[in-house]
Amino acid sequence: MNEEKQRRKYTTVSIPVSLYERIKDLIKDTGFKSVSDYVTYVLREIVAMHEAERSSEPFTEEDVERIKQKLKALGYL
Amino acid sequence: MISRPHGGRLVNRVLASKRRERILEEVDEFERLNIDQGRAFDAENIAYGVYSPLEGFMLEEEFLSVLDDMRLPNDLPWTIPIVLDIDEKTAARIEPGDDVMLYYEDIPVAVLHVEEIYVYDKERFARCVFKTTDLAHPGVAKVFSMGKYLIGGRVDLINDPPNPFERYTLRPVETRVLFRERGWKTVVGFQTRNVPHLGHEYLQKSALVFVDGLFINPVIGRKKRGDFRDDVILSAYEVLLRNYYPRESAVLSIVRYEMRYAGPREAIHHAIMRKNFGCTHFIVGRDHAGVGNYYGPYEAQEIFKEFPDLGITPLFFREFFYCRKCGAIVNERVCPHDESFRLRFSGTKIREMIRSGKTPPPEFMRPEVAEAIFQFENPFVE
Repeated sequence: MNEEKQRRKYTTVSIPVSLYERIKDLIKDTGFKSVSDYVTYVLREIVAMHEAERSSEPFTEEDVERIKQKLKALGYL
Repeated sequence: MISRPHGGRLVNRVLASKRRERILEEVDEFERLNIDQGRAFDAENIAYGVYSPLEGFMLEEEFLSVLDDMRLPNDLPWTIPIVLDIDEKTAARIEPGDDVMLYYEDIPVAVLHVEEIYVYDKERFARCVFKTTDLAHPGVAKVFSMGKYLIGGRVDLINDPPNPFERYTLRPVETRVLFRERGWKTVVGFQTRNVPHLGHEYLQKSALVFVDGLFINPVIGRKKRGDFRDDVILSAYEVLLRNYYPRESAVLSIVRYEMRYAGPREAIHHAIMRKNFGCTHFIVGRDHAGVGNYYGPYEAQEIFKEFPDLGITPLFFREFFYCRKCGAIVNERVCPHDESFRLRFSGTKIREMIRSGKTPPPEFMRPEVAEAIFQFENPFVE
């Protein structure tokens, strides 16, 4: 299993020691196994939120007109 | 704003008409590979963006990353391997760099641009995805029946696999336009494989209280003997929507997909598919995508805690039932009465009633829905 898990590559990010200690204290008796686990979780959440804000629709106005015709024909609009 | 596609971009690998025509003219020059219905649906889902950001069948790095980390190598959540298996004899005549024509029911469905052929560990596959290696589990049995090799690479769709339900088939780009035109900013997806009973209706309507629109998205595909037929499920839903749902708040459209019965992992996969259709929320009930007793009743809800970056919000519900004392459909969070007052919605019980010609009681199923089912001489899969 360890060999399986080791495939994912990791890197180091620096955070203030005081913050590290606060997180260490915070995650006691939670499901987080380490400060790294917690930081990864929080960062994933924040990154996904920012990515979602940059979203744009994957179609042109021309596509929209064509699709609207189909949706009307099928009774969806 | 409806959901951003998973990975940021809605994949489109449906070949444009000129290239498609050219390829079809040369179709006999391609190496031929026959695929089953589930893989044909996978190719279709890749091409139309239901599986965005996947552009093809997984390469080894993606496959192993999904098994071990439940993420793609670029860190995006992904829990179910989307793979194509081949046997030794086929592997001997194909190599990376080849273009292979995938056939389903003698129809050229897609071109596979082969990037990699690799061996894999079936036991590890089953253990990671299904949490068991018990061959009685249908997903495990399927894995152990697969060929020795996996073949990975991007696909280009040439023809949709035969589809008797065109009228109910909307692609992610189409549902996104539909949701926008209806003015829905929040949309909840509902996955189903069954005819609707009142428990389903209550679940959907409870969710609909919090969002602008409901996307009912039955899974069409291989079913077990004794399950309701796909056309029966669609007919039952049509009747339910016509009689009991505000027209502007609900949409019925299918997705063609082979169930893996992977419980918690598959719940995440189902949520990702609905995110690509544009849903912002996804209903996860009791024993979602489970089979037998392999998963805890609410394990498929708990797994969502591991994915803060999924980009679609799960709505968790406890099991609903009819309480004779409350005189309403409730669940254990709001009903204080004991089991003797509770009528559990049981799919098995409903199937038994229908099979013996009995109309399920109105506390179980809308009479119009039951009537629609009885319109079919045999509503069950033979």
